[in-house]
Amino acid sequence: MDYEAQIKKNQFRTEEYKINMGPQHPATHGVLRLNLTIDGEIIKRVEPDLGYIHRGIEKMCEYDSYPQIIHLTDRMDYLSSHNNNEAVALAIEKALEIEVSDRVKYIRTIVGELTRLASHQLWWGVMGMDLGALTSYFYGFRDREVINDIFEETCGARLTMNYSIPGGIRYDIHKNFVQRVKDFIVHFRSKLPEYDQLLTGNIIFEKRMKGVGILSKEDAISYGVSGPVARASGVKSDIRKIKPYSAFAVQDIDFKEPIYTEGDAYSRYKVRIDEMWESMRIIEQLVDNIPEGNIKEPTKAVIKLPKGEFYQRVETARGELGVYINSDGKKSPYRMKFRSPGFSNLSALEDMAVGSKLGDLVAMMATLDLVVPDIDR
Amino acid sequence: MDNKTYIEQLISFFSNDLGWGIWGDVTGWIVVAVVYLAFFAVTGLYLVLMERKVAGWIQLRHGPNRVGPWGLFQTIGDAIKLVTKELTGTAKADKFLYNLAPYFPIVAALISLSVFAFSKDLQAFDINIGLFFLTAVSSVGVIGILLGGWASNNKFALIGAMRSGVQVISYELSVGLSLLTMVLLTGSLQLSEIIEVQRTGGWLIYQGHIPAIIAFMIYMIAGTAETNRAPFDLIEAESELGAGYHTEYSGMKFAYFFLAEFINMFIIAAIAVTVFFGGWLSPFGITEGIEIEWLQAIFGVFWFVLKVGMIIVLMMFFRWTYPRLRIDQVLTLEWKYLLPLNLMNIVLMAIMVWAGFTLPWPF
Repeated sequence: MDYEAQIKKNQFRTEEYKINMGPQHPATHGVLRLNLTIDGEIIKRVEPDLGYIHRGIEKMCEYDSYPQIIHLTDRMDYLSSHNNNEAVALAIEKALEIEVSDRVKYIRTIVGELTRLASHQLWWGVMGMDLGALTSYFYGFRDREVINDIFEETCGARLTMNYSIPGGIRYDIHKNFVQRVKDFIVHFRSKLPEYDQLLTGNIIFEKRMKGVGILSKEDAISYGVSGPVARASGVKSDIRKIKPYSAFAVQDIDFKEPIYTEGDAYSRYKVRIDEMWESMRIIEQLVDNIPEGNIKEPTKAVIKLPKGEFYQRVETARGELGVYINSDGKKSPYRMKFRSPGFSNLSALEDMAVGSKLGDLVAMMATLDLVVPDIDR
Repeated sequence: MDNKTYIEQLISFFSNDLGWGIWGDVTGWIVVAVVYLAFFAVTGLYLVLMERKVAGWIQLRHGPNRVGPWGLFQTIGDAIKLVTKELTGTAKADKFLYNLAPYFPIVAALISLSVFAFSKDLQAFDINIGLFFLTAVSSVGVIGILLGGWASNNKFALIGAMRSGVQVISYELSVGLSLLTMVLLTGSLQLSEIIEVQRTGGWLIYQGHIPAIIAFMIYMIAGTAETNRAPFDLIEAESELGAGYHTEYSGMKFAYFFLAEFINMFIIAAIAVTVFFGGWLSPFGITEGIEIEWLQAIFGVFWFVLKVGMIIVLMMFFRWTYPRLRIDQVLTLEWKYLLPLNLMNIVLMAIMVWAGFTLPWPF
């Protein structure tokens, strides 16, 4: 409607304007830039602008040997670094047709689930902070610290772990590992209800989250979202169920895939809280019966993959991570491609956000659980 | 004591006892102003420290504990840092308004402070429209926020300023109406008069029972919103707007906004204590019987500050527990829930006062 017509209808003339959310912005958790077109407080367009932390990891992989690639994958989604390592290691093992021992599979799965827990704890804290409740941050970090200490004792690193390597794991678990994991489960089972006490039932929190950023099941599938975001829209997408790997393929582990159908921010929140409970159940079932076995299968000093294409999917804390290796038989891959969960999840943001308020956008970004180095690579 | 307040005694000491005449009055008022300014600065700084300590207790950490015993000098150090910091600004800002804006909140807060009764006869101005004056002056502060957000020529600051305008104007209604509910009970707007009513009849929250408790709850919600603190801190919502209206301010100009927020918290709590919890009166009159006048004055200040402190701690608990509301939810809460409830509450209180259903004080 043009200006004169609005004057005639005696309406308030409003004008759209653009703001840059990021690359330096507290809610983007990194260097994501969103070009927002806003009318007052109402969002008209969201254009994510990527590339601020693009390091060319996929291109670098083409010049690195396969064990070196593992180190690069830590820097993609740094909150699920072990899952990334595992994905590449599994793909290489698939290509070389190495069958690792059950011990390796169990340890990989336990550490992977601990990584998922640590990632969700951090997400929970940061999400509360995005909504203005700063206390949750410290509660999340308190429990994450316990997991990081376990990692530090076992493999020497707290965040970028490099624990899985082609053919096995780098070191055997520390002798305290089993006991400390059990202690952590006891500790966290008593602390996870605190998370609910602080945020879940709070009326302001529910008002902020319910009905915000709705992603329908159809849209979720067509955007290719995965992980908790897809599960909140009612899409079953857990790779651990669909195509079991590591210990999921060995033992019949009893765990549920939390599915919600509302597709709003609140159900994404609930999915992740439920996933934390399920991860603890998985660890409990595995930690007591880690079998004996080799921690590393012998590989050649220079790993050369046979010619061909290899693909491996794993479930990280953010969703489905796919590793595609195109090998021409040399010591480096001809082409390496990562299908990162964050990138597809971000693509659904505009669909959710248009028409809602600026404050809602922050809640949506928080529940998408974006890790920018994962999106940009 | 010849029926003079302490401040009148001080001024008459300069003008009459020393014989300085009109210059004595001027000297006296300057001394009073300096004392108030010092109180203002100390309160602001130590409320910041208190907030950080309370936040620490809630958040499984210690809070500042390195600078001085229990971190007591931490905020003084912070203040020195802020004073010595370079004042930066944006090139395209409206320079005059940009520089003017920080003075509004701080001056409004300082003026409001002048009418409070800190103890018996310890009050700079005991004007007969005290409560009205307080609500009027405290709404001047928002002009500074609006100007600051507009003049910085920053879109984030502008959104913050826009939100603050909407929010503060809305919640002013609830603050005013909930105080009006209590004025029906006291029959006076004068702060000393309001406290005098409570000396014999018990604190107003007891006298007015149900409507008074409702009014207190509404007042606390609206008061928190007026000070722009969480869960109503939309105007500086750091995860949405960076720093909101004071994004472009630095150094002491930023500190003015920052200190004003804490003094406003003190003011909101002090009004609540005066109107609902008997001002400087002691609970059950336990220190009213003391004959020594200066001791009674000190006890008055003690009780006043203690009660204000408790209300402030309550407000800090709000901040560190609740998530932030969204702007439309803020307005819905005020216009659809608090305001109608408030109007009904006034009618209820009026009926109660008319029918004489107030609770008598048994002691």
